[in-house]
Parts: sequence; structure tokens; C-alpha cells
Amino acid sequence: MYQNPFEIRYSLEDVIEKLRLERAIGLYRIIDPDGNVVAEREPDIPRDLLLNMYTSMIRTRILDGWLLKLQRMGKVALHAPNIGEEAVSVGATLALDKDDWIFPYYRNIGVFIARGVSEEEILDRNIANIADPFKGKEFTIFGSRKHRIAPSTVPVGNQIPHAVGFALGAYIAGEKIAVLTIFGDGATSRGGFHVGLNFAGIYRLPVIFVIQNNQWAISVPAKKQTGSITFAVKGVAYNIPGIRVDGNDVLAVYTASKEAAKRARNGEGPTLIEAVTYRMGPHTTADDPTRYRSPEEVKAMQKYDPIARFEKYLINRGYLSEQELKEIYNEWNTKIEEIVKKCISKPPLSVEVIFEDVYSQRFWNLEEQLEEYRESLEVMKKLGIEVE
Amino acid sequence: MPVMNMVQALNLALREEMRRDPRVIVLGEDVGKRGGVFLVTEGLLEEFGEKRVIDTPLTEMGIVGIAIGLAMYGFKPVAEIQFIDFVYEAFDQIVSEAAKMRAKTGGMFTAPIVIRAPCCGGVKGAMHHSQSPEAYFIHTAGLITMMPSRPYDAKGMLKAAIRSEDPVIFLEPKSIYRTIREEVPEEDYIIPIGKGRVVREGSDVTIVTYGAMVHVSVEAAELAEKKHRWSVEVIDLRTLFPFDKDLILKSLEKTGRLIIVHEAPRTLGLGAEIAAYIAENAIDLLRGPVIRVTGYDAPFPLVHEKLYMPNIARIYLAIEKVMRY
Ligand SMILES: Cc1ncc(C[n+]2csc(CCOP(=O)(O)OP(=O)(O)O)c2C)c(N)n1
Repeated sequence: MYQNPFEIRYSLEDVIEKLRLERAIGLYRIIDPDGNVVAEREPDIPRDLLLNMYTSMIRTRILDGWLLKLQRMGKVALHAPNIGEEAVSVGATLALDKDDWIFPYYRNIGVFIARGVSEEEILDRNIANIADPFKGKEFTIFGSRKHRIAPSTVPVGNQIPHAVGFALGAYIAGEKIAVLTIFGDGATSRGGFHVGLNFAGIYRLPVIFVIQNNQWAISVPAKKQTGSITFAVKGVAYNIPGIRVDGNDVLAVYTASKEAAKRARNGEGPTLIEAVTYRMGPHTTADDPTRYRSPEEVKAMQKYDPIARFEKYLINRGYLSEQELKEIYNEWNTKIEEIVKKCISKPPLSVEVIFEDVYSQRFWNLEEQLEEYRESLEVMKKLGIEVE
Repeated sequence: MPVMNMVQALNLALREEMRRDPRVIVLGEDVGKRGGVFLVTEGLLEEFGEKRVIDTPLTEMGIVGIAIGLAMYGFKPVAEIQFIDFVYEAFDQIVSEAAKMRAKTGGMFTAPIVIRAPCCGGVKGAMHHSQSPEAYFIHTAGLITMMPSRPYDAKGMLKAAIRSEDPVIFLEPKSIYRTIREEVPEEDYIIPIGKGRVVREGSDVTIVTYGAMVHVSVEAAELAEKKHRWSVEVIDLRTLFPFDKDLILKSLEKTGRLIIVHEAPRTLGLGAEIAAYIAENAIDLLRGPVIRVTGYDAPFPLVHEKLYMPNIARIYLAIEKVMRY
């Protein structure tokens, strides 16, 4: 029977029923800020993995603190702090199999730690010393083929279509993997986000999109980033299930990501996860957040600290005592301090590194310019002009 | 040897490369069933199937961004942008991501994609189907930019682009897609990246050009020969960056006079770079001013496109000017 499209009306109940919108509007949470289990079902996670979650978050926070300090010392050019957001990187990463790939963004050191990249490798990269495999061309981005982590990128959200293309590649090659990409709420305003969701939705690709909604994109609050009721509902239009989780609850992030990865590997297509979190620190070491948000707001959010919350849970459940938690912290604190000392004493990269890796071969223009550059270095030496 | 036009030669190159290397994947708008709006990808879907010939939604940024992801996975994507005029939405992905992937990761990750697109004017395509934006790409370190001028080259150049480990912008002058036919071998051959070709030998003036302008330049050269017995050498760069500086220098040693012809607007076009290169490195070879015959620094028009583009008269005038200097 002919139906006038302008006459079709859906009730909200219809929509919720049809699209399971409630998952995209509500907040999925397993442990509350006091460390109590609030979910109907507590996930069955082995103790080792719980410990891994904890140490990964602790290590991320300690390293984060060091990167801030190193930036102040002039050893690192820029750092985007992660304090308060560790549960997203760590929970999502540990939910994956080791064959799955991750396309993170600049605020995800937790991804690297949870994947087994050492603090030393991360510090070498951020300091851009002689051991930096990326040879000092960009800051605060990292990637590791060995650990199946793609390099992040400075233009916000540009890695989203790469993740989708990569998943398409895996699908064509018949490799059953999930590809997870993380980005901020600000990134959802850029074209690449919509292009990525659209493409993944059409081809039902095994992609997990994680929005790390830390409430701010530099000084712009999340409500000025979208008119949608939540970010998770954005999946609905692309026929991608969206789920909104408490991003400061590592178990919730883990569980939702695990389910998404299972869907991906079963050929059920993409999932959109909005992880609601809060950026405790400045946007980067170049930012002064007091210009746009109140100290009261930051203070009020402290009770949601993902690490403190998880500690309470571990103690409540009897997995670890307060004493043991302290020992883990102290152990890593000492270790990382040693690693920092080691990394800052490594020599700098060669001065010719700027001419490397532009192409697979060195074309004549770069050869000519390198020659010119070498001459200028000679002259500088003769004139006693400092190179850096 | 079969006689082919450029579309057929490009199609053959794609087909041969897809047969040779299962990693080669074609993607873009309408490249599948339709075979591309200019039919360059005709028949590929039937032979290679939906996993290797992918009709994408209408999104240039997505085509390029997804091609980058495919390349990171290990495939060799050949992305078609339906008209180069629509590439700007994907510009960020090209210059920030594809071009920089190797450099920013110290070679750990690369994005050796090929972006093919019809370009340039001469088909009454108006502003948004006629532009020559090669300078934007040439200016970006990390990209190789190519433009063939005849079917034989088109096949060998596209094969080189597909085998390149660096991202390639492959521009196809659509006005000569079907107007030039010649013998094209049905076997494997490569036109190396960075190598130009002397199209017409001469000893008085060197014209450096590429794409459809090669043919207009040759006609102008013939006119100059007929009228004044001036002997004009015409060089087709084929690869716009890195351009074949040795070929230009060798020719200038003979002629001492340089004209550069391109359809793209003059200011900061490739002609400016070649002129600057000669001024810096070989000024002593010159016996007259370097002259650029180019599109104007105005948007490509719907009307009077023949007047906007370099034509025989304008090139002939340039020859006259440098010869009478
Ligand atoms: C395309 C682009 N525009 C602007 C910037 C400058 N910039 C860097 S981070 C940022 C905010 C990003 O916010 P969001 O995506 O929410 O992530 P967050 O940093 O808050 O984690 C901006 C505007 C950029 N890097 N890229």
C-alpha cells in the first residue's frame, strides 16, 4: 500500500524498540565511583587480567607525569596529558586479541602500555633521541608495526578512514581481525568520522570506533561539538549499534569493547562506543585550561578518577590489599624513573635525519639540498654558531 | 601490435598489473559496473570481482583515506578520483597522511597509493572539470606527480606508478583520452619515474611541457620551422616531479633558449620552478629570457577556453620572442 513519506511518524518507543537506542543514550557502568558493582552481571575476568588493567593504568599515569615534567625541562616538545582518561585506552586495548590492530590518537599512551610497548620505547619516541624509530619528524605520535598499532596523526581524526581501509584490507585478505580506532569528541565533527562510519556501515566492516569523550576539545565543550543527545546515537543513522559507557570504569570499557570485537570477528560489522570520561589536565602542555573552565568543575570530577575507583573495587573484592597496591605503584615509580634517566642521556638524532624517509629513494633535489645543508653546517662550525 | 587510445592503454595497464599482483586493488566512484565515467576501469569488475574493484560511496576524502588504510594493510590501491577538480576534500589525506606516512614514522609505515584522475581542459568542461592542480602536489614532499601525453607512455607510466613504493598522483589529460591513437604493446614495459622524453629534436629553442600541451607545442614548433626555419626541440616531462632536469639541461646546452608550456595557472606553477632551477644552476646556458606560456591566473572559464589555454599562437609568439631577443 502506498504510504506518503511525509505522513510516516515514528513514536519514540518505536525508535527505541527498533534501534535499541537506549544503549546509546544511557550509561553502561559496572562499578560505581565507590568501587561497588552496580551492573546486573559482573564480568568474569581472571585475576591476572585485572592486575594487568591496574598496572597498565598506573604505568600510564606515572609515565604521563614524567612526560609533563620532561616537557617543562625542555626534553619533550609537547605532550597531551592522559590523567583521568587511562581507563579508555587500557580497557579498550586489553579487550582485543593480539592480532587485532589499533589506530589510536595522540592522547592514548595507555594503548601502547597495555599492548606491551615499553616505557623506554615511548620515551625514546617522545624525546626524539637517537633511538626514536620515527626519527624525530613529529611529536606525541607513535605506532609500532610489531605491536599492531598504527601511527596516530596530528590532524584530528584523520586516522579514522585509515582504520576503515585497514579493516577493508583484512576483510579482502580473509583475515578475521578487529580494527579499533580511538579519537576525541572533537573528531566527531570532522568529515573523516562520518566518512568512516558510512563506509564501515555499508560494507559491515570489523571496525570498533571509540569516542573518548573527555568533555572538551581544547576549550570547546562537548555540547558545542554536537547537537545530538549523545555521541553514541550517531551510529544509529549509519546502522551501527552505538553504546555509551562510563569511560572511567575500566571494566565497562573492557566489556563493551570485548563485545564489539566479538561482533567484528563474527562478521556482524562495526560498533560505535562512546566512552564518557573527563580530561583532568590541560589539553596539551601548551594549554592553560583555567582560561575556559572552573577549578570547581575539575574538582567535582575527581571523584570519578578511574584508578582510584578501580583500586576500591580490587580491595572490595579482596583481590589486592592497600599495601599491595602501594607496592605495585612504588615498584613502577622507581622503574620508570630509571628508564627516564636512561632515555634522556641517549644522544640526539643525526642532523641529516631531516632528509631521510621522504621517499623510498633520494631524488636529485634532495641530494642537491643535502649538499647545500652540509656546507652550511661546515660554515656554522667554522663561525662557531651553535647548531641547535 | 594493437592500436589503442589512452583510455584503452590505461585499462590494459590496470588489467596487467592486477593480474601480475593480487595486491592491486581499484577503488573509486563508479569504477565497478559502470567501468569509470571515462571507462578506464571497464571490465575490471567482471575479471577481478568485487573485492578488487570497489565501488565506493561518493566521498573523495573517504576514497583516499581508505586507500591509505588498504596500503597500510599491504594492498596496492589504485584510487580513481572521478575528476581531479574534486580532489580538494581529500587534500588533507593526501598531503598530511599519504605524503607524510613514511617520513613521520621513519619508514616503519608507508602509504604507496596511486591516485588516478582525469585533469585539464579542452573538453568544454567549465571550471570544475578542467583544472590543472599539479602544482599543489609537486609542492608536497613525499608525492610523485605524473602526467602522460600519449597511449604508449600512459601504459608504461601507470605501471611504474603502481609499482612505486611512494604515493603517486597520476593525472590524465582527458582531452587526449581518445583523440590520440597509436600502437601499444600488449606486453610488460615500464616508463621509469623521473624520465622525460624528447618528442621532437631541435637546435634553436627548447620547449619543456607535458600532457596535452605536448601536442600543441609540437604544432607550434612545426609552424616556427615552416615560417622561419627555426628548429624547436620539444620535451615531454612525463614525470612532473621529480622532473628530468638532466634532459632539460642537455637540451639547453644545444639550444640556449627555454620556453615552458603548461595549462595550469602561471604563478608558482611548475614553469616557475623550472625557470628558477635553470636560473640558479645554468644561467650561462641561456641566450634569452625564459618564457612561460601557461593558463592565466584566473579560474578556468566555460567560455573562451581555447583562449585561456596555451594555444599554437601563444606558443608561436613565445618562440618568436625568444628568437628575436
Ligand atoms: C584538523 C585539526 N584541526 C585542529 C587541530 C588543533 N587541535 C588539536 S587537538 C584539538 C581538539 C581535539 O579535541 P578532541 O577530538 O575532543 O580530543 P581531545 O584532545 O579532547 O582528547 C584541536 C582543535 C588539529 N590538530 N587538527
